Amino acid sequence: MHELSITQSLVEAVLDRTGERKVIAVNVQVGPLSGVLPDAMRFCFDVASAGTPLDGAQLMIDEPRGLARCRNCHDEFEPADLILLCPCGSADVEILSGRELMLMSVEVA
Amino acid sequence: MCTTCGCGDETNVRVSTLQESSSAPLPVHPHDHSHGHTHDHGPDHEHPHVHNPETIPLEQSLLAKNELLAARNRGWLEGRGIRALNVMSSPGAGKTTLLVRTLADLGERLQAGVVEGDQETSLDADRIRAVGRPVVQINTGAGCHLDADMLRRGLDALDPGTGSTVFIENVGNLVCPALFDLGEAAKVVVVSVTEGDDKPQKYPHMFRAADLVIINKSDLLPYVDFDVDGFRRRARQLNPRTDFLVLSATTGDGLAGWYDWLGGTSSRSATLTGSLTDTLSP
Repeated sequence: MHELSITQSLVEAVLDRTGERKVIAVNVQVGPLSGVLPDAMRFCFDVASAGTPLDGAQLMIDEPRGLARCRNCHDEFEPADLILLCPCGSADVEILSGRELMLMSVEVA
Repeated sequence: MCTTCGCGDETNVRVSTLQESSSAPLPVHPHDHSHGHTHDHGPDHEHPHVHNPETIPLEQSLLAKNELLAARNRGWLEGRGIRALNVMSSPGAGKTTLLVRTLADLGERLQAGVVEGDQETSLDADRIRAVGRPVVQINTGAGCHLDADMLRRGLDALDPGTGSTVFIENVGNLVCPALFDLGEAAKVVVVSVTEGDDKPQKYPHMFRAADLVIINKSDLLPYVDFDVDGFRRRARQLNPRTDFLVLSATTGDGLAGWYDWLGGTSSRSATLTGSLTDTLSP
């Protein structure tokens, strides 16, 4: 359940910037290859934000698509999982996106 | 601060921490693209204030704090020529047995200490202490992994000598520890043959992160259905650059390869001289 400590550090990072201001929404980006489950994060957010100015804030999770490029055939494709295999058969693949684990912005009252 | 690519405040702090003590190539962030800066300003001029909701752009990694602390650890370790190895596995794969055996076999040839991570008890630390090596136990309580701050505190307590090796035995877990950089020089993942050869697909993040994969309990291979080549192939699909070793920490079979690996990755360690495998020769 690493999502709990990641969500706790999310709350801390927001509080570092917003201090006592009431937070309405937190926008994060969680890619499908990041190793973090958005649902688990939502579950942890209520616990981690309780008693802070983030209490009751909406956690908006943007889940961008994963994208990889084959270094052999230069084709780009959407990887199904972390076993990166180009349809051409090559495993020499670079991840272009999908590993995002970012705090993008916060909305304060 | 540039919030679009994060080239401001925190990132600079991290890079300079690394630069102070390391000549290793840093992830240089070329700033050759143009992008708009948000019009961020303080209340230094007057205009009517309407208290509407305000959006504050942040654009920072969710793991930023851990990554910063890990970079600090890495700089601290490199400055002292200390090599830290983050040893991870599921519970019961044989991490402690491997470490106990390694410390006992290599004796004074390997100046080493251990940071033990477990949810509860000091049972593992007691086993290391029994072979006469400095050890610090970190109990994470509900925590399922070590993070960079815990290692920092562990290193403060262990106070490892210059040029030594620090084995970090992470909490037994093939999931969470994969995401938390500690500042280690290498990640070593231990799998035992009784766990089954399908672990790479089931826990891809862990195997993607591994610098070395050790297949332990090889003495049990005749009794279990574990396809070593198939395991290797699946792990390589996730991580083509990882090394593999097959060994038994109990019987000692294959340990020479592990000691070779330790010797080969110890260029900064002044305490290792000659081939460690000599110590195993009769």
